[in-house]
Order: sequence, then structure tokens, then C-alpha cells
Amino acid sequence: MFRFLRVNMAAKTCVFEDIPQEYAGLGGRALTSTIVAREVDPTCTPLGPHNKLVFAPGLLGATNSPNGNRISVGCKSPLTEGIKESNAGGQPGGHLARLGILAVIVEDMAREGEWWQLEIGQDSARLVPSTVGGCNNFAAVEKLVETYGKDCSYITIGRAGEYKLTAASIACTDRELRPMRHAGRGGVGAVMGSKGLKAIIVNPEGGRNHPLVDEAGFREAAKRFARALAGHPITGKGLAEYGTAVLVNILHEAGGLPTANFTVGQFDKHESLSGETLNSLTKERGGEGAVAHGCMSGCVIRCSGILPDKKGKFQSKWPEYETLWSFGPHCGIGELDKVSRFDYLCDDFGVDTIDVGVAVGVAMAGGGIPYGDADAALKAVEGISEGTPLGRVLGCGAATTGRVFGVRRVPCVKGQSLPAYDPRAVKGVGVTYATTPMGADHTAGYAVTANILSCGGKVDPLKKDGQIELSRNLQIATASVDSVGLCLFTAFAILDVPDALPAVVDMLNAKFGWKLTGDDVVTLGQRILSTEIDFNRRAGITQAADHLPDFFEDEALPPHNTTFDISRDELKTVFNWIEEK
Amino acid sequence: MRILVKLSTTLRDCVPGYDAEAGLSLDMPEGTSVRELARHIHVPPEEIKIVMINGRQSEGSDTLRDGDRVALFPAVGGG
Repeated sequence: MFRFLRVNMAAKTCVFEDIPQEYAGLGGRALTSTIVAREVDPTCTPLGPHNKLVFAPGLLGATNSPNGNRISVGCKSPLTEGIKESNAGGQPGGHLARLGILAVIVEDMAREGEWWQLEIGQDSARLVPSTVGGCNNFAAVEKLVETYGKDCSYITIGRAGEYKLTAASIACTDRELRPMRHAGRGGVGAVMGSKGLKAIIVNPEGGRNHPLVDEAGFREAAKRFARALAGHPITGKGLAEYGTAVLVNILHEAGGLPTANFTVGQFDKHESLSGETLNSLTKERGGEGAVAHGCMSGCVIRCSGILPDKKGKFQSKWPEYETLWSFGPHCGIGELDKVSRFDYLCDDFGVDTIDVGVAVGVAMAGGGIPYGDADAALKAVEGISEGTPLGRVLGCGAATTGRVFGVRRVPCVKGQSLPAYDPRAVKGVGVTYATTPMGADHTAGYAVTANILSCGGKVDPLKKDGQIELSRNLQIATASVDSVGLCLFTAFAILDVPDALPAVVDMLNAKFGWKLTGDDVVTLGQRILSTEIDFNRRAGITQAADHLPDFFEDEALPPHNTTFDISRDELKTVFNWIEEK
Repeated sequence: MRILVKLSTTLRDCVPGYDAEAGLSLDMPEGTSVRELARHIHVPPEEIKIVMINGRQSEGSDTLRDGDRVALFPAVGGG
């Protein structure tokens, strides 16, 4: 019952395939990265016919595991020119898994200017001319729901994807059919746009949960995992009450909240953008607002609240910490409703809130937008949908914007912008930014845990000691978590609760009849990273690219006045099991 | 000695009328530890997961000095 769906955009064919032996036992990021590494020429033009776009639910998709329904999206990135996996919540991951589809592989390109939509159901798939070309995400989904109904889930691109902007994202609908859960990073939306694929409709009717080799064993292990998540203060309570925004105040306090384009580590208006404010404002405004909202079926963490406007009507989802930061402190903006508007526009146009928010701040540093001017910044962002020159520049992300405006401090690695932790004050995550094959990405090895959050041990964030090992271990573990389909936030419990990882391993064993141990999880993570790094090497991205922009080494960051002092030779030891040729 | 205390999320509920912007300014005897200060303001030490003194990672047993800014957090996380 498990199959790949191969879709050719030039021939308009949709073919279900048996899964080749070499892909057995892979899911999520392990599967997207392995398919891309085997089937895509690493030197190809990312927005050309030789690139492929792969969607894959994780190994625990369509089971009763908590938080196991994420979807991975893989391709060669037009932003980094290397391999990319970007994952998202929402409903499509679980729906594809219920249909027994372990991967959708989209190949070749439709004719320029044509827009198609892919209908996927039980044992059926076909491409039809799109009815929503030219629409942004919210309007597109609204129209699609009129045609296909409320029981389907939807994967769409907005105009940014149609314009093939290199920070364009792919939107997945949440449980209430809002296109607000995005595979945000690396320009995956531009690849979807280049193929002429505007939307995917996933109809789960007739699908069912995957068969389990040991049903009772699975049930027991899932219960243990749910207990670990519920019992941990972050996954059981903190994220639901305050969202990821809870980090604003703590990073300000730690002096690691990058402000005014990475020139200071603290922001005087941090409190107005905090998780505490988001929580109290949501309750105060009431109406359609919600504290503790889950973005996908089976989520027990429920971090994705809904922020109402002053009249109590839906305004947007709770902005993530990264979004609050990129349009907030990074741009000198302290107004929560303006950041919320930015978040909504990014969801609607289909762009990464990190790369575009960072691009706005970089444009400010280059004199293109007045620093701290929220209205001017929002107007510039609206230009993404209108296709204005400035909008297109911002929609291509921070690296492009930095070049256009002649900026000295462009906070990017491998073309992808740094997220919301200054690597001079949170050095462990700096190691991850510099070395992950994805380009600067906090989720690839979230060393903020031990550096700042006292989770999974403690490592002084201002010192270099222990950071390489911390980042290495987290990058390995994360590659595995991304393959299982688990939300990365389960890692807070996995790091702290001794029974959480064994429970995940037991679920996998009970589902597939495997005999994995915790060590196999490490081996899987290493294998995925090796595959991704090998792709990058063949694409021409060498180890010489594994470093931060030099201003992080040159300029001390107030208030701690530290620089990023982990040498480039030391960074070369992160992937110590790989022999460089 | 004068200490500025900043509280996060649920810990704020322990101090009625806590002003998030201003924090809590306290006079404490010399040699007070973070844990003693927490008890003084009725924040249960077992609820504190993260301690920062002047923005640096610290411990509950650490002793405070005049003019210190101490921030207390329960277990929090995001990303």
C-alpha cells in the first residue's frame, strides 16, 4: 500500500510507483534528501527542469503518535544552491501518509505562464489547469475549498512563488484550512513556482492509519511518549501558554537578541513583543483569539495561538519568535500589531518570515527603508505581491537585498539569513549556522537549548568550550527527528526525559517490526547529514563555505562585547565522521 | 544592597502587581543568594529553571552583589 507518486509537469503524468528497495525505511527529511541526492544533478539550475521537488511525510505519519504528522519538502535550493529540506506542520503531511503516499516527486516544468493544480486522492492523482493562478495563499485556499471541500488539505504557493522569488515558501493548511504553516526556508516555493505547480489538493477520504506490526506495543509506546511530552514543562505547558514568543524576553536578557541588523544584543521594546504580552493581549481581546492551538492533528504541544484584532476578529496566527524578531528588534520595530500584519502578509504572499524580515532590516541598514518605520516597511513588503522592484528584491531574501543596497553586514551563510540568536552571544547555534548543509538555520542544531534554556545540559553561551560537540550532537539528532515526522519541539522532552527517546524508538519498532536501538538513531542522523553534505560538495559548495560572515569575528556585540571566536579550523571538526576528499 | 529583579511568564504571578517594564527593585542584605532572594519574594525556588545575573547564566546558589540585575525564568523554550 505504500507508494511514491511521481508527477511530471511537462508530460502531465501522475504515476504511482512501488518503493525501490534503497529507500526502504526512510521518511521525512531522510527520504527527501536521499531522493534529491540520487535523482537531482547537483549542478543543475534550481529553477530549471532538472531540479525536483519532493514532499514526504515522516515515518510516524498517520499513526497515533503525538506530534508525528509533519511534512518535509526537499529540492536543490535556489537560495543556497545546495540541498534543502524545509518542513512544516498543518494537515497535508498526515493526509498524504493516510493515503499511503510516502513521497510525491514533482519533476520537469510546465510551459512558462501555465498554472496547474495536482489532485491527490485514494489511488488517484491528476493534474488539472489551476483555477487559482495569480491568487495569494488565503484567496487561493478559499477558492479551492469551494471546489474541493473542507475535508481536504491544501498545499499552495502565493504570488512570491509564482514570481520565483528565492525566499518564497510553500504553505500548508492548518486544521481550520488557513494556509499558515509553511515550509519556509530556502526558496522551496520558488521551485514549486518554476514547475508551474500552483496547488496540491490532498483528499484523505478512504485513507487510513498505517498498519502496525505490533499494535499493542505501539499503543503503549505512544502513551509513554505522550506522557513525556505532557509532563515536561516546555512541551506540556509553556509553549501552549506563550508560544515560541516566550523567547523574546529571555534572549534580550541574555544579550543575544540581534537588534538593528546585528549591531546590539538587546532591544528596549522587547516586552511589547514578548510571549507574555501575546498571551495577555489574546485573552484581553477575546473573540476569535486562542491560546493553546494545535496546527496539526495529533499535536499535544499546541504552540500556535491565534491573535485577534482589537474587535476580536481573526488577525493572524501568533507570530513565531523568529518572526517577532526579524520584523521587530532586527528592524527597530516594537509594535506587536505591525509585526502581526507582517506575519499575515508573509503567509499570504508565501515568503519566509525569517529571510524577508532580515532582508527588510538589511535594506534599512543600506538606507532603502527608514530604520524603525513599521509603515514604510509594511508598504515595501506589500510590494512583494505587487511585484514592485523593491518587493522582488526583499522577496529574494537578505543576501540579495544586501547586494542591492551595498550593505557591509549581511547576516547570511550560504545565502540564507541567520535567524534570531546572535552567534556571538549564543555561540553553539553559531556553530550550527556556519556548518549545517542547509545554510544558516537554527532548527538544524538548536544549541540554544543548552546555551540559554538549561535544557539537555548547560554550556556557557559566551564561551567556545563544548560548542562544537553540542552542535554536532544536535545536528545528528535533529536529522533523525525530521525524518520521523515529529515536530522539532518534541526535542525539549527528548533531551530531558529519559524515557522519551526510547518511546520513539519503540513506536518505530512496533510499527515496522524493526529492532532499532538509540544508537541506530544516531547512525541514521549521521547518514542523512553525510548524504546532504555530499550533495553540496558535488554542487560545488566546499567546506570553505562553512563560516559566518567576518563581521561576527571582527565586531564585539554589546552588552557582553564578545566576538564569534570559534575558528574556521575548529568548525571543520563538526562532521568528524566524514572524510573530506 | 540594591537588586533589580526581572521575572518571566508564570513567575510573575507570584508577585502581585509585578511591573513587567520596571521589574522589581529590592533592598537586600549583603551576601544574599539568588535562592534566598526568590524565597523573599515568594517565588518557589523549585519553579526556577534559568537564572541570569547581569545577562550571564548563573546558579541559584550564586551570591548577589550591589547593583546586580537578576532574571528568573521557569522552564521555557521555543524556536
